[in-house]
Formats: sequence, C-alpha cells, structure tokens
Amino acid sequence: MSDVVIVADHRRSELRPVSYELLTAGRELADATGGDLHAAVVGGDVERFAERLDCEGVDAIHTVAEGEEFNHDVTAAAVTALADALDPGAVVMPNSVNGLDYAPAVATRLSLPLVTDAVAFDHDDGLTVTREMYGSKVETAVDVTSESVALTVRGGEWPAAGGVGDADIEPFDVEIDASSIRSTVRGFEEVGAGDVDIGDAEFVVSVGRGIEEEENLELIEELAEALDATLAASRPIVDSGWLPKNRQVGQSGKVVTPTVYLAVGISGAVQHVAGMKGADTIIAINTDPDAPIFDIADYGIVDDLFEVVPELIERFE
Amino acid sequence: MKVLVTVKEVAEVADDFEIEGLDIPERYLEYDLNEWDDYAVEAAVRIAEDRDEDVDVVAVTIGPERSEETVRMALAKGVDRAIRVWDDALAEADVLDPTTTARIIAAVAEDEEPALVLSGVQAADTGFGATGVALADLLDMGWAAVVNDLELGDGEASVRRELEGGVEELTTVDLPAVLTIQTGINEPRYASLRGIRQAQRKELAVHSLSDLDLEPSLVDDALTLSGMAKPESESDATIFEGAAGETTAELETVLRDAGVGAE
Repeated sequence: MSDVVIVADHRRSELRPVSYELLTAGRELADATGGDLHAAVVGGDVERFAERLDCEGVDAIHTVAEGEEFNHDVTAAAVTALADALDPGAVVMPNSVNGLDYAPAVATRLSLPLVTDAVAFDHDDGLTVTREMYGSKVETAVDVTSESVALTVRGGEWPAAGGVGDADIEPFDVEIDASSIRSTVRGFEEVGAGDVDIGDAEFVVSVGRGIEEEENLELIEELAEALDATLAASRPIVDSGWLPKNRQVGQSGKVVTPTVYLAVGISGAVQHVAGMKGADTIIAINTDPDAPIFDIADYGIVDDLFEVVPELIERFE
Repeated sequence: MKVLVTVKEVAEVADDFEIEGLDIPERYLEYDLNEWDDYAVEAAVRIAEDRDEDVDVVAVTIGPERSEETVRMALAKGVDRAIRVWDDALAEADVLDPTTTARIIAAVAEDEEPALVLSGVQAADTGFGATGVALADLLDMGWAAVVNDLELGDGEASVRRELEGGVEELTTVDLPAVLTIQTGINEPRYASLRGIRQAQRKELAVHSLSDLDLEPSLVDDALTLSGMAKPESESDATIFEGAAGETTAELETVLRDAGVGAE
C-alpha cells in the first residue's frame, strides 16, 4: 500500500486546470496500490485552492501558506518536506513550465527516479509510464523498478477530477530557510500585444517549419489575404524572427478558436495543438502523412505546400 | 568567469521509419546538435564576447565518439574547449533517468566550478526537460527554467521565464546558477570556416565514469525501457487525394461552406 501526493499548479491567483487532472492521475495511481491520495498546495490563496481541490477521491489536502506567487525554491522545499513526512509511493507534479522548475529538485533531494511528461500509466506489473520521444513520433514504455518515484504528467491527458470530496484540509508546517531562496519573481508580462490579436480571428492561416525559408513566407501571406484570413504561425517561425511573437499559436503563444484553422507545413507538435485544438474546422497541408497534425485535422492534403498553396490562392482570387 | 554549457547530440528520426524491438535502426536516424543546446551555446558565446573580463566557455556532453563531430560544431561556434563523458556502462543503458544524467554532469561541473551553467530546456529526442534543474540542485546552485531572455548583473542574473499562454515571468536568480535556455532567445550563428578550422585544434577531453569518481553502477538506475511503438494514428481526417488541381478544388468547397471567401 502506498500513498500518492500530487502537487497543484497555480499562477497569478488561479489554480491551473492541470491541477484537477493531477487529482485523476494521482487517484489512478493510488487505487492501483490501495493507497490514499494527498494533494499539496504551496503558495497563493491556499485555503481557497484547497476547497476547490476537494474533489471526489481526495483523502487529504496539505496547505503551505508561503508567498503569493509560485517560487521554485519554496515549492521544492515544501514538497520535499511533505514527501519526507508522508513517504508516498509517488510524487506527481505537473509537466508545466513551473512544474519542471521544481520537480527535478524534488527528485534529487528525495533520491527518487524522475519520469517526466507521462501520458499514461500501466500498473499490471509494477508501474510502467507511457511517454513520447522524438517529438511525439515514438511512444515509449518506461518501467519503474524502484519503490517510489517522482513523476510529472502532461496536461490534457487525464480527465479533470470533479464532484465534492471529504478531504481533511490541514496546514503543513515547514521551515523554509531564507538562505535557500535564491530566486525572486519581480513580475509578469503579457507578451504578444501588437497590431493584431489572432485570438479574435474567424479564419486563421497558420504557417510552420515546412515553409523552409523566410522569403517563402510571402506565399502564405498571399494565401491569408486571398482567404481574408489572419496570418499565424507555429513556434519555429517566431523563434527564427520571421513573424512577431503575437502571431504564435500554441502553449507558450496564443490559444485560438477560429471557425477555420488552416495549418500549412505544421507538423502538429503537442505544444502547437494545445493552442488550436478548439477550432471548429481544422485543415492541414503537410508532406508527411504521419504528421500528428492529421490526428486532429478534419480535412487534409498530403502534398507539397508549394504545389498546393499557389493553386488554392488562384481559386480565391 | 567560466560558463559551462551542456550539449547533447540528438537523433532525429526520418519521416518514414521503422521500430525494431526497442530500437530505431541507424538508417532512419540523423544526428545533430540538440536545437535547444544550439541556443544555449549561442548565449554562452555571446556572454564571452560581450563581457570585458575573460570568459572561458566550456561545453560538456555525454555521448559516444560519434558525437565529437557535433561537439566540434559547438567549438567552431566559439566554445573554448569541451569535455565528453562516455563509458561502456552508458553505451549499454537504454534510458537514463534525467537525475542520473545530472549526476554525471554535476561531477564535471564540480571540477570546473563555473559561475554560470547554461543548458537547453530539453533534449529533442528524450524530451525529459529535467536535467538542468536537477543539475542545479545537485550543485547547490540557483536556477531558472525555460529562460528566453538573460542579462547578467553583479552576482545575479535577470531572466525572463517563458510560461504558458504568452505570459513571461521576470525573475532574478543569484549566481552561480543553472539556466535552462528556450529556443528563440537569440539567433544561433553558423560556424565560420575559420571557426571550423580552429575547432580542430581545440581541446576535447574524454572522461569515463571512473575518471569522474563515479561508479558505473550509477547508470543502472531505476528506469528501464520496456516498449517502443509508433503512436496509433487517431486520425479521422478526410484526406483529399490527387494532384493539387483536384485536392484544392475539394478544399475550396470545404472552405466556402465554412464561410471563407464570402464577401
């Protein structure tokens, strides 16, 4: 019998949705070993967060009221201390930018193996974690042979926990040594303000790595104009400086929900899909028939975009 | 000042590849410097170029002899010298716990005593995204993950961390520190011919685990690869077949039905 501790994710006074998914993933792990599910919430409005996290299947919630905002030094110290006290079989953390900012330190301090970005668990014969490699092209099964493990789980892979629980909500006392705090959050900035908000667009033409060269962008600009659509892009285009950050669709960019999303030369990495899966109709043009973008597309053309796009422009001019 | 930059040669798989057992055959693989590490190398080299003091930029990698070609590219871009760690024990490992990787790099870093360590956010092949922060903790250094802007001050670094949803966190981190570098932080240079020639003469030391006072059993960690498969396609997309003239005609119909092109 081993218990499971999940660590809630919050930012700027709000719990992030992955927190509820962590409860479901944690409950699954706890059920497999007949253990209890504990949730930890560190920093922010911990009492309000704890009430929200008290969903069906949660046995205990531990609050650490330290600071308003996430700080990885505080979170790593608090989660380590809690895991020391509870001796769980698994510490489950979000595979978010902030999750990955403390989970590795929790693993090293507790001398636990760490498996990040889990998308599924199997418990038939000990714990096996499913995770992707090579940018979603390969799915691997990783066996964990130790008694305890640190895990981070990908958002959107487990359903959110719901219902009303009956968890014991208790503050957890932890001494945070001031000298161990080596980072200070000075503020936040929204990026991507500018000439256009792609989040409002009805039709979006989005371009990715398949465009190959900056000078080829003109072709996609022409397409967007012909379709009276807003031009957007996947990360590599913005990283290369070919389009400004306010055009970026995805996890670290904007979330768009247009009527039509036309993805041109975009493979559809999970970070990109997170920003456009809510579109009504998704159309993909890509040379690789196995590109993950086709998993989410409603319509597709498997062909060279330099063949297809000029033809398409002509039809709408 | 010394800057340590962690680099990895990663395998990229071809569009059309096969899996045999727990491996992808070599014929489907191409090797290159990990994309995130390319940005980390650039950030390190720029620090060396921009600062008045002497800055020693040292690259560290874990990889077989083949990876020296990739490491030489980092040297050609301005890294001063490199250390490659390899061992029979590593050659036999199928998947390394990222905390194990961090322990190996930490042994190198303890010898080098850098003021700053730059690593890529993640490796494109394994995608753990955890080595840099684990390394920082093992070295008892400060850290920041997913950094897309970096300014070195006196005893501290001011960084921007790229959070989800177009939000950036402005953070100050005490030095020495490990920063994990996000793509897009700079524009990585191409190696010049002169740089490539010079790289051939730069020091590239090779260490085994025992050279670093590490037990080879360290590699025999709690993670084992037990399966590898192509994800099952969940696609229920309607794929238009034919020449571009035909496929775009069908696409036009879909687009017009959705209201595109209606004036």
